[in-house]
Amino acid sequence: MFETFEHKADMGIRGVGKSREEAFSECAKAMFSIMIDLEQIEKKEEKEVIVTSYDLEQLLVEWLNELLYLKDVHSMFFSGFEIKEIKKKRKGYELNGKVFGEKMNDAQEVKTEVKAATYSGLRVEREDIIWKAQCIVDV
Amino acid sequence: MTELKQIEEFVWEIPKQGKMTVPGRFYGNKQIMEQLVEEESRPEAWSALRQIKNVAMLPGVEKYSLALADVHPGYGAPIGGVIASDLQEGVITFGAVGFDINCGVRTLATPFTKQEVKKKKEELADALFKHIPAGLGSTGKLRLNEAELDEVIVNGAEYVVKQGYGLKEDLQFTEEGGKIKGAGPEHVSQKAKKRAFKQIGTLGSGNHYAEVQFVEEIFDEEAAKTYGLEKEQTLISIHCGSRALGHQIGTDYLGKLDSARKKYGIEIAERELVCAPIESEEGQEFFSAVKAGINTAFANRQVIAHLARQAFAEVFGVGEKEIKQVYDIGHNTAKIEKHKILGKGKNVLVQRKGSTRGFGPGREEVPEKYRSIGQPVIVGGTMGTSSYLLKGTEKGMDETFGSTIHGAGRSMSRTAATKKWKGEEVVRKLKEKGIIIKARSIKGIAEEAPDAYKDVVDVVEVMHKAGITEKVVGLKPVVCIKG
Repeated sequence: MFETFEHKADMGIRGVGKSREEAFSECAKAMFSIMIDLEQIEKKEEKEVIVTSYDLEQLLVEWLNELLYLKDVHSMFFSGFEIKEIKKKRKGYELNGKVFGEKMNDAQEVKTEVKAATYSGLRVEREDIIWKAQCIVDV
Repeated sequence: MTELKQIEEFVWEIPKQGKMTVPGRFYGNKQIMEQLVEEESRPEAWSALRQIKNVAMLPGVEKYSLALADVHPGYGAPIGGVIASDLQEGVITFGAVGFDINCGVRTLATPFTKQEVKKKKEELADALFKHIPAGLGSTGKLRLNEAELDEVIVNGAEYVVKQGYGLKEDLQFTEEGGKIKGAGPEHVSQKAKKRAFKQIGTLGSGNHYAEVQFVEEIFDEEAAKTYGLEKEQTLISIHCGSRALGHQIGTDYLGKLDSARKKYGIEIAERELVCAPIESEEGQEFFSAVKAGINTAFANRQVIAHLARQAFAEVFGVGEKEIKQVYDIGHNTAKIEKHKILGKGKNVLVQRKGSTRGFGPGREEVPEKYRSIGQPVIVGGTMGTSSYLLKGTEKGMDETFGSTIHGAGRSMSRTAATKKWKGEEVVRKLKEKGIIIKARSIKGIAEEAPDAYKDVVDVVEVMHKAGITEKVVGLKPVVCIKG
């Protein structure tokens, strides 16, 4: 499950799932949903993503910003996010995954560009069996 | 709750408390002050007042942690904030620059009156929309390789002028001559560069725009004349920044500065105030990368100005030299400037976040043509509302490190705005007022509806009455191109 939430100048994004991998994937969906309606985007091409970080919160920011980088460099929108694993390493964490989407084109009805994922409102937490991942994105 | 001390009618001080190394200070009327206090009283709310205090805890801040009348919460430092720091004791912080490095406004004056432009406004809107790439995913006509992008990073607007985008004279009327010294391509990641190859000469989305406006009111005849402006004259204003290059620099250094501040043992109250001592290797690297962002934004606006001139040429058959640049000024910058500290001139690092340089008369940084009057400051309104040209003052030099407001600031979240209005409805209402909006994203228009912003008039008045920047002309929009 994902949602966006209010922030005065920008937008908040939140992903919820039964694992941290799912919460991170859902959070990515929330971010791309600010830019485009996800149903418009077919999963035609895939890109691999590996990011590392010293803690889970930073890992979320790194993951989201990596997706923004891939969006610009490949001129693609993504609508599918599969995180194979978030692994605990000796120093911090590593995320391995694949993202799916298609090239940008003029027929797509775009919304507002996300400039970056930020540390503001940044939280990755577990409540019983549910994981939540959220932050504010700069738009 | 913070006890405020009223220094002057529009100046409020947050006395030094806790870990603050200097007091805080902001400009505002009673309403702005009360809103800030109310915001701070709710612990769950983002609070600009708390952020002013957090900035005041950084080492080496000169005089006070400052905010102007358009202040609102940002990342780390407030938007509308200014920090001047001692070069030996002080730090350079991500929070006081942000992701949209040198987002700013460039204004050009056309030889046409309001009436002449209004007759062809539909045609002009189409031409501008055709020439200026706008919106998410748009790419520029300019395709750069790495060596060329490095030229943009080092030489800013000067480089693109040499490539035929605009006039040499434009550079004289750009802050820093459109090229800040000391930008190092080696401090910009490959990722940042790769994102930028196709983006020079693009507007972006969100609150960025290219607008055709006319001079509705003249407040200061002498200054208006010096800036080359007459009543009913048509102007073009371009609001955008360094695009993804700046965003990626922000992202990259957020992590690097986090390690640096731990290494140097600097305590911060909010994660986005990550920083490094100005003199340290990490601080110098970040400063160099910020300058890269600054130059890229100058180049970006230079190319867009060229495209706007092309659109005018297509509709009115006007030569590019007949459209003269009034000024180009950045909002999110870090620069070394000389200011009066304890009665003496001293070089300090001035970081402006959602704030504009507004130098007073006599400063050598102000173009010679304007030097006796003071530097022009462009304050952008929102679609359908007024914008202003102001001039810097001596009082501003003394009190605000020659800084002033940049715009109105939001009063309503994007979510709330899209719930309240539909893009089509905003377009229709503005059309009834004679304003044409063209946008790549109709949904984005709802987010940027004029009523989602505070009235720019109030913040302009506060700074005018406080004597920091004075009103020169008021502008009204005719055509607005958005992402």
